[in-house]
Amino acid sequence: MSAASVQASVQASVQASVDAAVDSAVGAPVSGRLGDSPVRPDGVAKVQGSFAFSGDLSADGFLWGATLRSPHPYARIVSIDLSGAWAINGVEAVITADDVPGKPTYGLIDQDQPVFASEYVRYVGEPVAAVAANHPDTCRRALEAIRVEYEVLEPLIDPERCVDGSFPPIHPKGNVFRHQRIVRGDVDATGDVMVEATYEIGMQDQAFLGLEAALAIPDPGGEGVELYVATQWLHEDRHQIAACLDLPDEKVRLTLGGVGGAFGAREDISLQVHTCLLALRTGRPVRIAYSREESFLGHVHRHPARIWMRHHATSEGRIVKVEARIVMDGGAYASTSSAVLINAVTHVQGPYACENAVVDGWAVRTNHLPCGAMRGFGVVQACFAHESQMDRLAAACGLDPVEIRLRNAMQTGDRLITGQVIENVAPVRECILETAALPLPDEPVGGHDGDPMRLPGGAGLTADRSHIRRGIGWGVAIKNLMYSEGFDDYSTARVTLRDGVASLKFATAEVGQGFVTLAGQIARSVLGVDDVVLEPIDTTVGSAGSTSASRQTWMSGGAVDGACRLVREQLFAHVGAVHGVDPLRLAIAGRDVVDTMGDLRVPVAEATAGQVFEDTFEHHHRPTEELDENGQGNCHTAFAFVAHRAVVDVDPELGLVKVVQIATAQDVGRALNPLSVIGQIEGGIAQGVGLAVMEEIVQIDGRVRNANFTDYLLPTFLDMPDVVATLIEQPDPMAPLGAKGVGEPPCISSTPAVVAAIRDAIGKDLTRVPVRPSDIAF
Amino acid sequence: MSVTVALTLDEALTALATDPAATVLAGGTDLMVELNGGHRRAASVVAVNRVRELRSWRHDPAAGTLWLGAAVTYTEIAQEPIAALVPALAQAARTVGSPQIRNAATLGGNVGTASPAGDGLPVLAALDAVVHLASAGATRDVPFAEFATGPKRTVLQPGELITGVTVPVLHGYQGYSKVGVRNAMVIATASACLAVDVASRSVRFAMGSVGPVILRAPEAEAIAAAAADFDAGTIPSEVVERFGAAAGAAARPIDDHRSTAAYRRRAIEVLARRLLARAFPAGAPIGGDA
Repeated sequence: MSAASVQASVQASVQASVDAAVDSAVGAPVSGRLGDSPVRPDGVAKVQGSFAFSGDLSADGFLWGATLRSPHPYARIVSIDLSGAWAINGVEAVITADDVPGKPTYGLIDQDQPVFASEYVRYVGEPVAAVAANHPDTCRRALEAIRVEYEVLEPLIDPERCVDGSFPPIHPKGNVFRHQRIVRGDVDATGDVMVEATYEIGMQDQAFLGLEAALAIPDPGGEGVELYVATQWLHEDRHQIAACLDLPDEKVRLTLGGVGGAFGAREDISLQVHTCLLALRTGRPVRIAYSREESFLGHVHRHPARIWMRHHATSEGRIVKVEARIVMDGGAYASTSSAVLINAVTHVQGPYACENAVVDGWAVRTNHLPCGAMRGFGVVQACFAHESQMDRLAAACGLDPVEIRLRNAMQTGDRLITGQVIENVAPVRECILETAALPLPDEPVGGHDGDPMRLPGGAGLTADRSHIRRGIGWGVAIKNLMYSEGFDDYSTARVTLRDGVASLKFATAEVGQGFVTLAGQIARSVLGVDDVVLEPIDTTVGSAGSTSASRQTWMSGGAVDGACRLVREQLFAHVGAVHGVDPLRLAIAGRDVVDTMGDLRVPVAEATAGQVFEDTFEHHHRPTEELDENGQGNCHTAFAFVAHRAVVDVDPELGLVKVVQIATAQDVGRALNPLSVIGQIEGGIAQGVGLAVMEEIVQIDGRVRNANFTDYLLPTFLDMPDVVATLIEQPDPMAPLGAKGVGEPPCISSTPAVVAAIRDAIGKDLTRVPVRPSDIAF
Repeated sequence: MSVTVALTLDEALTALATDPAATVLAGGTDLMVELNGGHRRAASVVAVNRVRELRSWRHDPAAGTLWLGAAVTYTEIAQEPIAALVPALAQAARTVGSPQIRNAATLGGNVGTASPAGDGLPVLAALDAVVHLASAGATRDVPFAEFATGPKRTVLQPGELITGVTVPVLHGYQGYSKVGVRNAMVIATASACLAVDVASRSVRFAMGSVGPVILRAPEAEAIAAAAADFDAGTIPSEVVERFGAAAGAAARPIDDHRSTAAYRRRAIEVLARRLLARAFPAGAPIGGDA
């Protein structure tokens, strides 16, 4: 076989495999318009196991890639000897920092994270080298054969030592990622009542089930590379990868591989640059797929935080002033720490009106695992603190938890502690009242039939009914939507209407949230078509921004809607010209173009026969500002609200918990796909329950002790409460489709609601999540 | 890696005689995790999960014993008819992993791995089970209490295979409880089995995850046996407290990333009290309606 035909056969096989993955990522057509709940195009394949995730990608003649990682939280690299790896038969490439042709570092905001560590390693798991070989076992032996000599240094593991400056810098950019203060109103204001406490939030992992995986295919001659990868933001990945590879952006082409969950952990670069480098070095396709342990080490996590709060209020429970001191442990590299911090400090007042505030926040660098985006993005931490405080305040004022929240609920027109006016629909009161109106569980402790599996301890049969106490707790949250502080996170979509079929092209990462379903609903509603084709999700169209910050329904939904409307104008112009009708009189009714002032009615399929209408639209949200030194400024784009009420059964002696029910009313603007909204609510609550009672990455002396699913526990079905939900539908005039993002709020105040319910059951003060059995039992 | 799939016990023992260093594979629920995680290497494997003799079990009513082949799965143990003969073992079986794991996981594997957190092991300890071992040309029986010598260390010799376990079929209450940080599919933070043998007027209590091996609590057992009215099924309620304290005192827990020694000891005290109260419900100080 000639070299050319080998190349052709590799390409053909890659294409077949990739086509299958892309088809699987995009899926078959669905029916349904806005407000319906059509079945997801990728749903059946995912349930049946035929969906191709990025870990299923392969190409003829591909090599396996693997990564050598630091065993030390902090050490100086004295020397690296690669000769042992090169000596192994089947090893095709061994690369280190010396082999990075372009920018040696990457990062979403501040590019401080090395592609490979060169002088220092700063966390356990930091990449030091990578290999490509003909078999995973060869890779393993090659990694073992690399000799790295380290000078082990004392790790920085106490974030307070970053704040007080007592630890020497562990990175040239120092040990503080960002410090932000908010000062508003009368800083000396006091009330009749004052409550304060310090709260701690542990490190949660996104724990998506589809592990990191990518396939890179080099262009002939190494002038470019094609990368198939599970990510949240194709264009940002491309930009960072291209800089490291020293290639122009357009020479790096990304296609979305099937994504098995993201939750923020795929926003940063992990294996992307390594995979491309190995492919370019060897001239062959290279595939890297992480194990679960490697995944825990290889992506960013939710920031552990320590938050002191003091509330001053009138004796009637009206908040006079909020004080807070927030320290977030960002781990070894910046990632999005500075933005996470801003979310924490600007949301620490909660969804409550407040005139006066003094808030101090730090995001700091330590030798822990790097932290960045995770569903809730800084607000989860703030919410656990402010909601715990609201209960403390209620107790101090002799009010119940619902009343204290109603008295302080913010509304449209109120000013935040940043000075920003809430211009969105802000149905905080409605969220609380509608949640309170939902029925409490009618089942007694242990269920109607006394099933011991429904008691705390579940299958372990640890308790009898008489040992159990029930509690009820509340949580209410405010969450910003989209990006903040002047960032223009626009989204692009292109729509082609031809012969009654609409083709949609966008780079919006489908990570499970269901945009592939929603995009079709929008096109059907605006264009009056049944058939919608989704083109591959890749970088051959403009950026869609990140699938994060609860933003894609608003942003990419707005882009698809905008492009469809432009195309509809072309259609109306065409129909108007053909039939001699002013296009302004035309509208879509069902599947037809109709004259609103006459009898004309033309099926869209007929009107578009032999015609091609195409347009592209970029949706930009309104501009935002950076905060000034006193934390003042219109830094956020929009807000959404939610309330949660948890009913929890607790075994006080053993400290075991069964969350029985979570009731919630969520401000969704408009439910474009009610089933998807409920899915987001249930999934978010599962994640919130997980943080409340079990999910935590345990690091001792900078070493992760539970990078596996034996010891990092996620809720099972038996841990998942019944969820009763009400959607508060008040379409937001600022949102392109009236719909707010719904992904993050469910996981934010569900956590404090569960903890409050545990407190209610046992009468103990709990100031840390996750709540451990020993926290309850002792 | 060479893999021998044995279909008979002789084939398995011959393979192990030829290659005593071979790794034995039954359900693979422990082994595959270790292999995939790179914590263990296996140059050669002898798979025993298709050995018919090891997949069977036998109840001998005359002797009052139940012999369970080493490759009997936890799914089988969780169900009738085995569940009626050793109820505590069935309860333990229902806490093992998920249904998929229980379909593969075997009793022999649980015994052979000898983890202090092995879910079925406190039951075997409480019942004074006998572990049957065989090698080419020889067999021997080892009391369960002597089988494990430390965490994941046993008296099993190279070339030797666990063929099964014999437990007595007792008359009297038996129960198992397991504490974990999740309501299902969780590794034990502490576990316990209590078994009453009316015939011998004895109460047996064994504990998991609170020592290097599964522990018994002889002082607690003596306290309960002395105070119980085995015919009426009652025990003075103050004895329940003493029993719990004595059980807790017999635990030898450690601090690790999963929990603290103090919590584990507390958990054993609570489980001991609750299990004894279930065994003798009339005398329970709490949970009187249970």
